[in-house]
Amino acid sequence: MNKGDLIVELAKLYPNFNKHDIGVMVDTFFDSIVEALARGERVELRGFGTFGVKERQGRTARNPRSGQIVTVPAKRVPFFRVAKELRAEVNKQAFPGTGPEVRNTES
Amino acid sequence: MTKADIVERIYEKVGFSKKEATDVVESIFEIIKGRLEQSEKVKISGFGNFVINAKRPRKGRNPQTGEEITISGRRVLSFKPSPVLKKAINPA
Repeated sequence: MNKGDLIVELAKLYPNFNKHDIGVMVDTFFDSIVEALARGERVELRGFGTFGVKERQGRTARNPRSGQIVTVPAKRVPFFRVAKELRAEVNKQAFPGTGPEVRNTES
Repeated sequence: MTKADIVERIYEKVGFSKKEATDVVESIFEIIKGRLEQSEKVKISGFGNFVINAKRPRKGRNPQTGEEITISGRRVLSFKPSPVLKKAINPA
């Protein structure tokens, strides 16, 4: 599924809204998460998961081809931690009968 | 930031009522979750992709007791941020 498919699904659920408005809502939805992350905020979405930003320190690395030492600057990377309920649901559906037993596998 | 703040943003941007904005936000989550539960990939351009990976069973060890256990195969959800998102949080 992509963003267009999501908009189509929403349009079916809300027949009295026009598709353009739904598109704007979907874009605003994701843009507001991106903007919060850009401010360094965490975004906690109950039952879905948490988005956040991790700091990565700069490091020196080596170009494997030339052997040259290069410095990799410090940067921030986004992460998503799946909510427990969703993690269990995703696993349950794929292996029916094995139950929703879930172990922490986050890095 | 939480769901309520997203609702607020949508409410400000589009002329709908707060109730309607809340319903649409709730529906977005439900639709995405429904697809992921069917192991379907969800791609949101400019944001990132939610993908389901199948993990094979593997041997693990209880770090506390040293006891060896088999960790069952499973499906896990992971998020691959889009280059746009990565760039947004690293202002040049």
